[in-house]
Amino acid sequence: MADVKRVHTLDWSIQPPYLAPGYTSTLKRAPSQPLMPLEHKLSELTGPVYGESDIKELDNDLTKNAVKNGEPMGERIIVTGRVLDEAGKPIRNTLLEVWQANAAGRYIHMRDQHPAPLDPNFLGAGRCLTNDNGEYRFTTIKPGAYPWRNHPNAWRPAHIHFSVFGRNFSQRLVTQMYFPGDPLMPLDPIFNSIPDEAARTRLISQYDHSVTTPEWALGYRFDIVLAGALETPFEKDDDHDD
Amino acid sequence: MTMTTKKYLQSPSQTVGPFFHYGLVFGGENTLVNEQTKGQRILLTGRVYDGDSEVVPDALLEIWQADAEGIFNHPNDPNQAEVDTHFRGFGRADTVNKGVYTFKTIKPGSQGGVPYINVRVFSRGILIHAVTRVYFSDEENTKDAVFAGIPEARQATLIGQLEQNQDLPTYRFDIHMQGSKETVFFDL
Repeated sequence: MADVKRVHTLDWSIQPPYLAPGYTSTLKRAPSQPLMPLEHKLSELTGPVYGESDIKELDNDLTKNAVKNGEPMGERIIVTGRVLDEAGKPIRNTLLEVWQANAAGRYIHMRDQHPAPLDPNFLGAGRCLTNDNGEYRFTTIKPGAYPWRNHPNAWRPAHIHFSVFGRNFSQRLVTQMYFPGDPLMPLDPIFNSIPDEAARTRLISQYDHSVTTPEWALGYRFDIVLAGALETPFEKDDDHDD
Repeated sequence: MTMTTKKYLQSPSQTVGPFFHYGLVFGGENTLVNEQTKGQRILLTGRVYDGDSEVVPDALLEIWQADAEGIFNHPNDPNQAEVDTHFRGFGRADTVNKGVYTFKTIKPGSQGGVPYINVRVFSRGILIHAVTRVYFSDEENTKDAVFAGIPEARQATLIGQLEQNQDLPTYRFDIHMQGSKETVFFDL
């Protein structure tokens, strides 16, 4: 087996630290020892592979995938974007999962005690695969802000949780997408745990009028870039752009 | 085509938060095997602890491993053509039950090396996943370059201990996020 270079590396000038004192839950959960370096071998250069058989028809439409007796409440939106690597190459057929609060800022979760109404027609979870251009798209309801107990009168800005697998184990990313102009972002210790302002800004989706569906839904664009750029010796790729 | 100098910068991570269960865990993801899967069934179980040795009941664990012959079910593995098609190699488990997670899987093969399972920890209060590995107490782990490169005093944090007198071979692997027993985490 040929030696494999370390090609997918988290950039710690971009990524949040484990310990972010403003976010109090990190105080007892942040590793205190330095991370051990790890050369990427086969177990890091491989990862779970998903296909169309893992996806059901309504999985990418959160306004329809949990309907019981009517339309979910709130502002219908389309969220779309591309999943790319650091060379700008599309990451194809990767599984993307999303979950979020409803329009009132309530999660359908037993531990969410926020006294805002649940919506019987909205679960708030969906999934899809990226296409050959690395594009994903789902329809949902714009989530509401909600209070949490981090500090007095703490509110999370509206956000959608994203989980992306990427091409292999080392590209895995779980993050949150925010909405432009949300006044709660500057006050949020989770958003602001990312030290670099430009990096934080990349988690804010952009309103895109060309994504809207007339008389149906507004549109937001949110691109995701996963760590890594170079192809590995094992990776087959039909792009030849170098 | 014009050459582009645009730089694509990686997206930052954010915590999985406390409410991921209904979006990521639907039931059954912690069983990686079916009747046809080849290999020795094992249970991999343990607890996740914080720096006060309190259990973490809202963590999410993901594991990634090779099949019984040490082949990963992914095109980057040059032996993928021979992979056990009844084994994807990926699992997810929550820790809702008092910080305890359990996976039913197989002991991976290793293609001549030392077997291990990759583990990724997500949780409220963890802004970017923590990556570790489970090695097995009944293997010669010091033959593995990564394991041997860990300071000896911390190597034990990477070992799943085989417990006797269980129906299935059971490896106990507790994860300590912080403190004197802090698990070794890797920089990917």
